[in-house]
Parts: sequence; C-alpha cells; structure tokens
Amino acid sequence: MTDATQDATPRADGSILTADPRTARRNAAERRFRAYGLAAIVAALSMLFLLLVSILSQGLPAFTQTTVELEVALPAETLDPRGERDPDDIAQILTFGYVPLIEAAMERRVADLGVTIEGLEDPAALLSKSAPAQVRNHVLANPEVIGGTYVFRFLATSRVDQFLKNEVTLESAERDSRISVAQLRLAEALREAGALERGFNWGFVTGPDASDQRPEAAGLGVAILGSAYMMLIVLFLALPIGVAASIYLEEFAPQNRFTDVIEVNISNLAAVPSIVFGILGLAIFINFVGLPQSAPIVGGLVLTLMTLPTIIISTRAALKSVPPSIRTAALGVGASKMQTVFHHVLPLAGPGILTGTIIGLAQALGETAPLLLIGMVAFVGEYPDAPPEGFFDPASALPVQIYNWTQRADPAFAERASGAIIVLLVFLAIMNIAAVLLRRRFERRW
Amino acid sequence: MPVILILATLAAIAVAAFVMGRARALRDAGGDTRKLHSRPPYYGADVALAGLVPALALLLAWLAVEPLAIDARIKAAIPDTAVEAAGTRDLAMGEVERLATGLAQLRAIGRIDADGIAALDADGADAIRARLADAGVALGASVEPWVLDAARDTLALREAGRRAMTLAVLAAALIGSGLTWRRVDRHRRARNIVERAIRWALLAAASIAVLTTLGIVLSMLFESINFFRQYPASEFFFGTTWAPNFRGDSDLAILPLLWGTLYISIIALIVAVPIGLFAAIYLAEYAGPRVRSVVKPLLEVLAGIPTIVYGLFALMVVGPALRDYFAQPLGLGSSSSSVMTAGLVMGIMLIPFVSSLSDDIISAVPDAMRDGSLGLGATRSETIRQVVLPAALPGIVGAVLLAASRAIGETMIVVLGAGAAARLDLNPFEAMTTVTVKIVSQLTGDTNFASPETLVSFALGLTLFVITLALNVLALYIVRRYREQYE
Repeated sequence: MTDATQDATPRADGSILTADPRTARRNAAERRFRAYGLAAIVAALSMLFLLLVSILSQGLPAFTQTTVELEVALPAETLDPRGERDPDDIAQILTFGYVPLIEAAMERRVADLGVTIEGLEDPAALLSKSAPAQVRNHVLANPEVIGGTYVFRFLATSRVDQFLKNEVTLESAERDSRISVAQLRLAEALREAGALERGFNWGFVTGPDASDQRPEAAGLGVAILGSAYMMLIVLFLALPIGVAASIYLEEFAPQNRFTDVIEVNISNLAAVPSIVFGILGLAIFINFVGLPQSAPIVGGLVLTLMTLPTIIISTRAALKSVPPSIRTAALGVGASKMQTVFHHVLPLAGPGILTGTIIGLAQALGETAPLLLIGMVAFVGEYPDAPPEGFFDPASALPVQIYNWTQRADPAFAERASGAIIVLLVFLAIMNIAAVLLRRRFERRW
Repeated sequence: MPVILILATLAAIAVAAFVMGRARALRDAGGDTRKLHSRPPYYGADVALAGLVPALALLLAWLAVEPLAIDARIKAAIPDTAVEAAGTRDLAMGEVERLATGLAQLRAIGRIDADGIAALDADGADAIRARLADAGVALGASVEPWVLDAARDTLALREAGRRAMTLAVLAAALIGSGLTWRRVDRHRRARNIVERAIRWALLAAASIAVLTTLGIVLSMLFESINFFRQYPASEFFFGTTWAPNFRGDSDLAILPLLWGTLYISIIALIVAVPIGLFAAIYLAEYAGPRVRSVVKPLLEVLAGIPTIVYGLFALMVVGPALRDYFAQPLGLGSSSSSVMTAGLVMGIMLIPFVSSLSDDIISAVPDAMRDGSLGLGATRSETIRQVVLPAALPGIVGAVLLAASRAIGETMIVVLGAGAAARLDLNPFEAMTTVTVKIVSQLTGDTNFASPETLVSFALGLTLFVITLALNVLALYIVRRYREQYE
C-alpha cells in the first residue's frame, strides 16, 4: 500500500480544481451517454407526435362535407303518371328515372346564377351519384311533394368536396376524367352564391359504407355498430371466463402438471400473432361449426380468445395484490375457501379487474388482422339488426373499414380512412382514460 | 321450440328449482337457519344446478350430434344413379342441403307452410326456384324428384329431432331438479356440493386456454397435412419462387416470404432496440420522478395505438417520403411500399415494447451493484455500461426476442407498407412481402379449401406459429431465469 502511494506522481498541473484530460474525457463520455438516452426519448416521442399530427391533419377534413342546395321540380306526369299517389305506382319509377329531374334542376340553377362558364358540360356531375336515390327515397316517403318543387341538400361529389378542401386544384382537374375545370369553376360560382356549403359530416359517423364511386357518401355507421357488437360479445364472454380462470389459477389450482400446462399456455397465447387467431376462427368457427362469414359473432369469439390472456394476466395481478390477511380473516370466522374468494377477495380486486378488462377491450377494438380472415372485409351496406339476431348479420368493424378504404383507388377514401382512424383513436382514448381514472379512483395501497 | 326459447324455459325452471329447494330446506329446519348445514341459498343452488347441468350438457351434445346423424341418414338414402350424375355423394348431398335450407328459410319468413312443402311438385322446378329466389337462395338448374324427397325428409327429420330435443332437455332439467329436491333436508351438505360444481366450472374456464392452443395447432395441422398431400414439402420449404396461380401449377415456396419477413424484422429491430434501450436506460437511471411520470405513459401511448394506424402511417406518410427523398434520388427504386417503409414503422411500434420491458429489467438490478461501482469511482455511464447492463443482459436479450417475435407476426403494417411482390433481394427500398401478408391475401376473397393455393396459408400459419412460439418460449425462459437470479 505505502509503496503504491509513494510511486504515484504528483499531479502535473498541481490543482484538483482543473480536471486532468482523462477525467475530462470520462465526464464527456458521461454527458454523451446521457444525451443518447435523452435523444432516444425525444426521437420516440417525436415519432408519436409526427404520427398523430399526420393522422389528424389528413383525417380532420373527413368530418366536414360539402353539400349543395338545389330546388328540384317533381312533376307528377313523370313520377306518378296515373295520378293516384299509389305507393306501388311511385315505386315503379326507378332511381334512374330521377336522373333527368336532377339534371334539369341543375341546368336551371346554372341559368339562374347568371354567370357563363366556358365549356361547361353536365353540371349535375357536381352532385354525388347518390343524389337520385336520395330524391327517390324522399318522394317514396312523402308522396305529397309530387307535383311541386322541393329544396334538397345533396352531397357534392368527392372531387368538389376535395376542391373546397384544397386537395383538388384546377390543374389536377385537367387530368381528371371525373371532373372538369369548368365544373370546378361552377362550384366556385355556386359557393359565392351560397348554394354550396361545408358543414359537419354526420353521415360520415353514422352512415353505412358506400361503393367505390361515391366516397362522399361513405360512412362508419355499420362499422361502429359491428365493432360495438363484437365488444359486447367479448365483454360478456371474456370477462367471466377470464375471471373464473384467474380465480382457479390464483386461489385453487394445485401444484401439478396440468396447472403448469395451463400457465405456460396462457403466457404463450398472449404472444401468438393475431393473424393466427384469424386462421383459428376461419378453420373452427366458420368451416367447422358453420357460423356465417363476416358476422360479429365470429369476430367476437375470435377476439374473446385473443383478449382472454390479457384479462387473465391482469386479473391474476389484481387478485395477488389483495393481502393474505383478508383471506385468513375470512377463513378464521368460518367462511369456506369459495366464500372467502367470492365474498371478500374478488370485490377487493374488482377495480383492478375492471381496469385490465377495459385495456383488453381497447386492444380488441383495434385488432384488424384476424377479422380480415373471417370475411369482415366484405362490403356491407346495411345495418345489422338489433342483438341477438344482429350478431349473425354481416357487419363491418372499425379497423377493417379503415383497411377497406385504404384499398380503394379514389384518393378521397384516403381522407376517409384517416378520419376513421380519428374516430377509432377517440374511442380508444376514452377507454384508456376511463381505465386510468378507475385505477386512480379505486386504487388501494395495502 | 327454438334454442333460445329452450334456454329461457331452462332458466325459468332453474329459478323455480332454486326457490323450491331453498324453501324445502328451510321447512325441514323449521325456519331456523342455524339448524341447517349450509346457508339457505346453497340448497336452492344445489337443486337448480342438478337440473341445469344435465339439461345443458344434453342440449349441447344433441346440437352437435343431430346434424351429423341426419346428414348420414339422408346421404345413405341418395340413389346411386343420382350420385353418378352429380359426381360424388357429397356434391349430391349439397343440392339437397341447398333446397332444404331454402325451404326452411321460406318457412321461417312465413311464405310456405308444411302443407305447401308437401304439395311441392318436382315437375314444377321453375316454380320452386322462383319461390326460393324470394328467400335469397339460388338453386341449381333442375330439381330432381329424389332431391325434393330428400329435402322433405331432411326437414321432417330436423323437425322431429327438434321436438324430441325440446322434450328430452326439459325432462332432464325437471327430473334432475326433482330428484335432488326430494333429497334436500337440513343435513344435506349443499354448500360442499355447490362449491364442488363451481370449482369444476372454474377449472373449465382455465382449460379454455389449453383448448385454444389445441384448436390452433389442430386446425392448422390438419389443413397443412392436406396441403402437403397436394404439394411437395421439399418445394415448399426449399424452393425459391412464390407464384400462386389459381388455375393450378403454382410455385408456393416459403423462402422468399421468410426472407421478406426477416429483412423487415431486422430493420425494425435496428430501429427499435437502440432507441428503446437508451430510452429505458435514461428512464431507469437518469430521469427524475417527474420526467418519468410524463414520458412513461406517453411511450405507452405508442404501444396502445392499433397496428392499422401504423399501417396507414406507413402507407400515406412514410412510404411516399422515403420514395421521394431516398429511393428515387438514389436510384434504388420507385416503390412507396418497401422493406424500409415497413421496417421503420414497425420499429416505431416496437420501441415501447423494448423500452418498457428493458426498463423493468434494468430497475430489477439490485442497487447494491450500482453503489459498489459508484463507490469505486466509476461514473454513472461507466456503471451502467460495465455493471448494470451486463447484469441485465439476459433479460434484455429476452425482451429483444419477444420484440422479434412481435415483428415476425405483425400483419397490418406489412400488408399496407411492404408490398405484395415476393422476392429474394437485398435492396431495402424494393417492395417485398412477408408470411403474414400472404396468409391474408390467400385467405381473403374467393377461397377454395380444396386447392393448394388456399391451403398453403395454413402451412404458412403453422410455420409462423412454430417460429414465434419458439422465440416466445426461449424469451420467457431467459427472462424467468434472469428474474430468479435477483429475487
């Protein structure tokens, strides 16, 4: 020891207040290392920021929609030639029969405007292709309007809608077969005249999906309903089964081979790729049991199996966090094991179980891949019935609807897909915030 | 009686049984609950369960067996000439099935009654077809007399079966409850019986996890075996081209798909592991509680975002940006969906996965080790690099393996971001495809479960399952061993 201290050379610069090169180097390395950590966090968070900003900026326009106000004459001689206002007679006129009425109304509106637009052809192309059906449905529901005129509010076609949102420009319209420059000029003129308006797009949130040709009419209603049905099924199956399984494993299971097998299975199922569950659903629920394709019942069952491990893991954690003193106290006053668990442990674990269940449901809500395999990609234009029959009707689901829209050619669907993601994220945010609040409100430290 | 009504009736019987069982026990004790072995509701539950359990078991068994039995009987009765005409017995059976379903639907919506079905005439095939079209059932070209007869028999058998089932199930409930009710007295150990039943129910719930795994393995195994009967396994595993062709004569080799999967996963891990690991180190070792309480939940938001959102991000933002600023200027390709796109976005998705697992693992390293190192004069970063990380290494390796298994099984990001072209290429800006993408594309749309082009997805799924399972088991084993080391 003493030899060593004698060998040590005195510090060259003589002061301990100035760092020697080696210390400086080590301190610099320390600062660098710290900076890497900070940079990693900044990078991760900025990606989150970029992701959210890009989705929001692309999706928010989907929540507004351009509509056109148009007075349409509904002459009795074309709509109800026999003049008896017999619903069957009126229904004889198909949607196609209403097209000339709308075209005429649009021509008149252009004439009223008093502006001449060079090369304007087919002004009715400004309107969505759903317009004739809209008029027909209105006439069928209110036969008394026949013979007069009625002011309709039509959806504008997606190109006009995007023009008002600055996505479509006069230059791009030159290369576009579905809209012409003159038609866009007409749209501008109509907007100045106050007939063209952008308003909140309720149809997007509540309406059913529409065909490739009519992105402006496509809505999320069926998808939201389908997702809600599936969440109901998941809740009513996964929660009781998950809680029962957790109680068995946590409170009753003997230490044996079979228990081990169950435990290993659960931790593995939690990590099985979701698409494998889709294959399971297709092979067992559809091909073997014969349940219908693209029905919420199949989706719900598949998602239940997927969510079970999540719920079981969080429920077991909640049961574990109830202190043993509660159990011994209950057993001490003569409760049976079963009574102890159901009367004392389970209620105390309740908030934790609920939080885990909500998080599991949120996961299930965003899951896409397995639903693709059980046929939920199919186009569904009609709302499913009320449950329980509705569980067997074809329906879509929110994430699958998003996927569907990304696969369509019209760029207006990209905006819709981003808008749908906002809806999905809002639902997820609500669920997760509810879970956090529950945890804060009921969390108990023993 | 439809199943839902049967269930409702069973519920009503159970409620009645509960009330009666409870009352009988109380009566036996003279209204003094202290004289009972168990608390009164247990007697009620005992009696109710004695009816419900056999009735429900019978119902399930009946529903499973009846269609098979009817099928077999009708199938055996199909005349041989008809079998020859249709090709196989199954095809002939399909016609009967269609007609029977159509008639059943017509009946369900009240367009035809039993007499109407009996009055149907095979000569009036067009009329039958027209009526079925109303119900939305498309029928083959002609309705042979034997098909009509067989369909009628099917309907009749089904109806008889349903009636017998209703009777049998309700009888089982009544007899079960009744016998137990008669045995109820104040000495009966009702609580023990009920608790034993509950315990079995709990065990059954826990076994669902095992059944699910079994279901996954069996369903994929059977279809994979079917696939390998039609397509040589050696070509599947060692061939180098993927070119499905729905007219047959396809090349279905897994290698190009596996290569795409691995390439994308490696890029994802190159993005996720450093960022996730450094974030975890910073959070565990440097960050104060305030920073931690803000950053940790924000990182978990990344984990809570559904993969379809990442997919859309890849499709609409990352893909075009990479193409315009990297791939095209560098002359590496002009595709917006590429290995790089999918890999980068998947990397972002995996960051919270790596960081939260590593954070736990680093925090689990005992402070004594840090204190020892710091006390010897090491800086914090030296302590982390030379003491904490080596100690945490097995756990971190486990976390990375779990992340890799996630990456390999991920579907939506690659479906939207990676492209559909199966190639063996090194250029990361080229579109490639993965196992999961091909499972989706082979199983959506029109599928024919007899052709290898559809069945191949089960073989792909099985391969995927085996790979991810192996990674998971290995990772869990490593993490568990590591945890035990410091506990």
